Amino acid sequence: MTKGKIVGLEGSFAVAEAVRMVNADVISAYPITPQTHIVERLAEMVADGELDAEFICVESEHSAMSACVGASAAGARVFTCSAGQGLELMHEVLYIPSSMRLPVVAVVANRALSAPLSVWCDHSDAMAIRDIGWIQMFAENNQQAFDLTVCAYRVAEDKEVLFPAMVHLDGFYLSHVIEDMVMPDDKEVTGFIPEYEHPFVLDPERPVSMGCYGPPFIYSETKKAQEVAFENTKSKIQETWKEFGDVFGRHYSPVEKYRMEDARIALLTMGSSGETAMLAVEELREEGKDAGLISLRLWRPFPFKEFRDAVKDVELLVVLDRAISSGMGGPVCSEVKSALYDKRKKPNIVGFIGGLGGRDIPVKGFKYMVNRALEKVKAIERGEEIETEMIGIRE
Amino acid sequence: MSGEKLGWKDLEIGAVVTEPGSASAYKTGDWRSERPVRENEKCIKCGICYIYCPEACIHEDEEGYFESDLYYCKGCGICAHECPRDVIKMVEEVEE
Repeated sequence: MTKGKIVGLEGSFAVAEAVRMVNADVISAYPITPQTHIVERLAEMVADGELDAEFICVESEHSAMSACVGASAAGARVFTCSAGQGLELMHEVLYIPSSMRLPVVAVVANRALSAPLSVWCDHSDAMAIRDIGWIQMFAENNQQAFDLTVCAYRVAEDKEVLFPAMVHLDGFYLSHVIEDMVMPDDKEVTGFIPEYEHPFVLDPERPVSMGCYGPPFIYSETKKAQEVAFENTKSKIQETWKEFGDVFGRHYSPVEKYRMEDARIALLTMGSSGETAMLAVEELREEGKDAGLISLRLWRPFPFKEFRDAVKDVELLVVLDRAISSGMGGPVCSEVKSALYDKRKKPNIVGFIGGLGGRDIPVKGFKYMVNRALEKVKAIERGEEIETEMIGIRE
Repeated sequence: MSGEKLGWKDLEIGAVVTEPGSASAYKTGDWRSERPVRENEKCIKCGICYIYCPEACIHEDEEGYFESDLYYCKGCGICAHECPRDVIKMVEEVEE
């Protein structure tokens, strides 16, 4: 059951449609490749009267997020988007809406970080902002970019949530690629997003102070309150995805599984490379390897329970990182290892770094990782230490 | 309610403060390591200390002399530095 009509749309325009349908009140963003089409399309919609929103032009991403914080504090439904260096310039302000509990929604068209200058996709920008306290989801295709953006608003603005939410979509691979997708009617989407009402808004009739100074006697208590509330958002995210599935017929989970029922070898990816990895899983299956795929849809809050359940019968977990935590290996691999540390029964985990700065990982790249990981497991069993390997590098 | 007593469950969402002007209860005088002491016989009541005080904690009394509110005075010494008649001396705070 899917409602709507099939359209061909690039990921950026799909996101812009979602923002239009939820009737965002304030948009403030600074254009940066590969996010540009999102903000350009939204500017066009506002100029043409398709979307009744205030478009605040700013001189930087730092100001874009600052404008969003202010608008959200005033009770507006807001949107921004960025990528790569722009997200880094925004970094300081990203912590503000999460600690002030303002449901800003942002989309990131993932891009590598300089130097050398690269406008192409990897997840360095996303990994640099793991700890900002935002709900973070990864889209695998343009349909998901649209759906997750719609869901981000419903989750973020829920009275029991009130946290900012971010949707990651791979720059160019999704932002600039036209795919077919199901575009629901405006009314269906608008009806799915309730009126937004924050318990505290800037109002002269009911004055409040937001973002106050927090001396040592209170700072830790504010962080405890924030952290407990953040961890509690996961059930609401799942509930929202369930309700979205009931209305629109597309279902999402914090940890997506492909052919995992009997899998002993699992690939783990985030973002658009999951679809290539699925083809690799099919070929590995034909070769007699019981492979499956896990995609992390929800990145923050980290879905510990669902992840542990997904790998409970897995003997080898092969993790692809599209970013480097310099001196530490792959950030996703480090996190999944830490998520399983306390489990008595856990798979061997072998991490690879690849797909940096727009380098494609073809099907054979994923098959290489699995076959190489099987060799590395033998090395582990011989008591040898293994290192994170960067794949596809010319000597 | 004094902030020191609040537990994490007592906080409003986003640590919003709902009492207007409550920052005035915060005792910035605790930061002080030196306090201003005046010799009013030298004072010409020019009010320069009052103008320069960054904490705005200096007030004029009924006779036109100026005094620092030690609940807020952080002991920065700007008043002593700016006084044209050397009325104000900064004296080290000692535990009594």
